Amino acid sequence: MGTASGRRSRWGLRTLGLGYLALLLLMPLVMIFYKTFEDGISPPLEAITSPDGLHALQLSLLMVAIAVPLNTVFGVGCALLLVRHKWRGNSVIDAVINLPFAISPVVIGLSLFLLYGAKGWLGPTLSEAGIEILFSVPGMVIASVFVSLPFVVRETVPVLQEIGTEQEQAASTLGANAWQTFRRVTLPAIRWGVAYGVVLTTARVLGEFGAVSIVSGSRSGETETLPLFVQKQFDNFNTAGAYGASVLLAVLALTTLLAMNVLKRKEDA
Amino acid sequence: MGISVEGASKRFGDFQALNDVSIDVPNGSLTALLGPSGSGKSTLLRAIAGLETLDGGRVLIDDEDVSKKPTQKREVGFVFQHYAAFKHMTVFENVGFGLKIRKWDKAKIADRVHELLRLVQLDGLADRYPSQLSGGQRQRMALARALAVEPQVLLLDEPFGALDAKVRKDLRVWLRNLHDEMHVTTIFVTHDQEEAMDVAGQLIVMNEGRVEQSGTADELYEQPATEFVMSFVGEVNRLGEHYVRPHDMTVSLDRDDGAEEAMVQRIVALGFEVRVEFVLADGTEVWAQLTRAELQKLELREGQIAYLRPGQTKSFSGDVPSPDGHGASTPHGSQDDGDAEVTAAA
Repeated sequence: MGTASGRRSRWGLRTLGLGYLALLLLMPLVMIFYKTFEDGISPPLEAITSPDGLHALQLSLLMVAIAVPLNTVFGVGCALLLVRHKWRGNSVIDAVINLPFAISPVVIGLSLFLLYGAKGWLGPTLSEAGIEILFSVPGMVIASVFVSLPFVVRETVPVLQEIGTEQEQAASTLGANAWQTFRRVTLPAIRWGVAYGVVLTTARVLGEFGAVSIVSGSRSGETETLPLFVQKQFDNFNTAGAYGASVLLAVLALTTLLAMNVLKRKEDA
Repeated sequence: MGISVEGASKRFGDFQALNDVSIDVPNGSLTALLGPSGSGKSTLLRAIAGLETLDGGRVLIDDEDVSKKPTQKREVGFVFQHYAAFKHMTVFENVGFGLKIRKWDKAKIADRVHELLRLVQLDGLADRYPSQLSGGQRQRMALARALAVEPQVLLLDEPFGALDAKVRKDLRVWLRNLHDEMHVTTIFVTHDQEEAMDVAGQLIVMNEGRVEQSGTADELYEQPATEFVMSFVGEVNRLGEHYVRPHDMTVSLDRDDGAEEAMVQRIVALGFEVRVEFVLADGTEVWAQLTRAELQKLELREGQIAYLRPGQTKSFSGDVPSPDGHGASTPHGSQDDGDAEVTAAA
């Protein structure tokens, strides 16, 4: 353990690991930050405070505000079902939940297009009822929910398995009904698993491009989220706008991660 | 609040955990459910609490059929082997949990919790988290939590199983004293016969999903109804079809009619008592419990030949499979010599 060769190989491995991360993850991010503020803060700031930029930010936050709570409630419920109620259908549910991970977002977008489009299964019926899914906010919400569905489930299942059922049984012997047991015993015990799932879901919804791009039609100022805005600015050679919006996206995602870490540290102290 | 179980059965897959079990636990008693692992004792306890649903039979608490009642309405206090402490709550919040659920007001909860913490000798530790307590303290906290809601009955599932020997012994005495004060009908599951006899007035011995026998410790020891009880409650040697307690073995150095020739294999001093292990001519291993004085008088040495005369023996008809009693074994079913001389005196 404490031998010279052991120390050398440990440092060698560390250097290799850090170098790999730096090359693949850190350097591109640093480049974006550098490029964004190359000519000062005003060009990127102007781009994101333009009406289209602000609208894209609003729309992205709206996606988060709808998709994250939905997937959190669904995810916790689904995890409870998978872990606490053993039955045969569980393996099917377990496999289906992984679909959004397995399928490319573009394919998800296309399949939604086929389902809700003018010639799709549900499109015409909904159209008659006055509900437009495609090229509008509802379709974008559906796409966002779809792609970010597995995170809360996947983060919550192992924590639920780990805490076991004894605390819940103890609560029921003390007179707590199912809801009280969940509220006061299960949820506090799994909260960090859920929180981590929420952070990942948020990051995924903020960053989603492929599926949303297909179902939204990407109309500036109407159905354009921040990633779509980045793409459009980039296509129009407005690099300041593209970089500025990219940095904004990165900051939003990092803030959620940081907020969770701060909360956790405060509680652990 | 007496507890009765009538004709309880429960199956987990291929495993019959409970097989037509009926028990009666009188009001205010402290009863032990004793048996080896897999005997169904924990399943029975959990069924009384409603944590397990029975396939058949019913549970009565205070003559009321509670079989259909969910756990939270049965008003049972339950203590788990691994404490089941609410890890994210302080000791105070753990003990007050049931009262908070019952919507007591804060001042009343605080009074009751502190009263209970004094009772379980944890009064200084109200603001600690379970992770900051020792095993024994956690289990006392769990007991206070169960008692806080003034349950009709108290059920303990191997409550001392995860604790070390010294703490176990202290808590046993403490539980007995607590029961003398509170008089709440208590059932307590254990696989340790010494613990069961030490704590409980009444014992129910279970094996393979059935009740073998119930009674006081004396009754089980003196008049075991089955082979299983004989060998599970107290130590036993098996000589052919007969059973004899190690302290009922007379050891002598003189050849004697009706005595078994045996060789001393090992002498183990256990404080006041001495355990002498013998091997008979046919290979059967038996042991005798002697006092230090008896041993000194005999001057026994390892490898020496001695003569054993069993005092009270007991035999059971039928071929109930016997579990391994300590030091008792039968390498083969019948012995051709010696066996006839060991006659049943019980």
